Amino acid sequence: MSISIKDLPDFEYVLPGSAACAGCPSAIALRMVGKALGENAIMLMTPSCAVASIGPLPKSCYSIPVLNVCFASAGASAAGLAMALDALYEKGRLTGEKPTIFNWAGDGGTYDIGFQGISAAAERNDDFIHFCYNNEAYSNTGMQRSGATPIYAATTTTPLGKEVHRKNLPLLMLEHRVPYVATASLAYPTDLIRKVKKAKDIRGFKYIEIHAPCYTGWKFPSSDTVKMSRLAVQTGSWLLWEAEFGKVVLNSPTSLLAAEKIKPAPLEEYIGKQGRYAHLADSPQKEEILAAMEKEIRRELKFMAARAEL
Amino acid sequence: MNDRSIYPLSQPVKGAGGKTGSWRTAKPVIDLEKCSGCLLCWLFCPEGCIGKNDRSIDYAYCKGCGICGAECPKKAIVMVKEEQR
Repeated sequence: MSISIKDLPDFEYVLPGSAACAGCPSAIALRMVGKALGENAIMLMTPSCAVASIGPLPKSCYSIPVLNVCFASAGASAAGLAMALDALYEKGRLTGEKPTIFNWAGDGGTYDIGFQGISAAAERNDDFIHFCYNNEAYSNTGMQRSGATPIYAATTTTPLGKEVHRKNLPLLMLEHRVPYVATASLAYPTDLIRKVKKAKDIRGFKYIEIHAPCYTGWKFPSSDTVKMSRLAVQTGSWLLWEAEFGKVVLNSPTSLLAAEKIKPAPLEEYIGKQGRYAHLADSPQKEEILAAMEKEIRRELKFMAARAEL
Repeated sequence: MNDRSIYPLSQPVKGAGGKTGSWRTAKPVIDLEKCSGCLLCWLFCPEGCIGKNDRSIDYAYCKGCGICGAECPKKAIVMVKEEQR
């Protein structure tokens, strides 16, 4: 299934003049998701930048029905909505195509605070898509560290750099044995839209994580949002893969990196542009730390390539 | 649109965050002669401010993030510093 940008619909999820920062990756990702899912959809949001972007009552920048639910409840709320709709269709109170139900949560609402609800919904195989737009910190409240913050990255609560590794949540979701899990990146829009369309047609729990570089939190110019997404993939810091019913397939260019057909982009090019790694620039252990980061990237690549063999 | 709120229910409207064009410090200017019509600017614009058919830019809401200029493969969009308001 190949996707042409020219054939995408005009329909927008995010209307111009939202309250999001200029260059917000969540708004870009949500516009792309909207072009894949279409108008017949219901979105649930946990507290995040995407909620702050809605704007003050009684105005909303989103053109589809949106429910704001509490932080820990993304999984439970979407599951309840999906079951309620199923019941109404069964009784004949609703007819026509069932709307696509999806969560739009940040990494805080997925990795940390929302995890138990999502894990339970995945285990029950409830019928909705959970999107995590991963900006690697609690950006909405001022860039505190989250479970998705990579090691050595400085945040307001880890001013000298985070000391522990991030979780590999897409892999955790995969091992819940759900029908569909995928990772995506803003810089590869056709790949992202293809994955969302595929998830729409599968019944059961779907998990899609979109890497979303946040320029205010990571401290780089707003115009480089997409460039930073691309560098994350090209350096191997963010891996693109999808798994239907547990069978992992690496997507290009991650598959080429894993097969060593292309060389990864220099890691310094990626982290050197981000203010959150600025403390590394004049650190006496700079070389050691860079080598450790590269080693970790190779480990993750090798691990996912081996997981794809299963 | 009825501005009175009885339920905490919002209605979709352009400019929910206000006239966000006033946030801009640099504005994108497109040279349609250089444009190849790849539509990457339209797809990457966080605001959806660029028209799909004519690549017209909605300056009332464009926040001037500069992603369109950075991603244009033909360098048809340049960011021009805004005059003092």
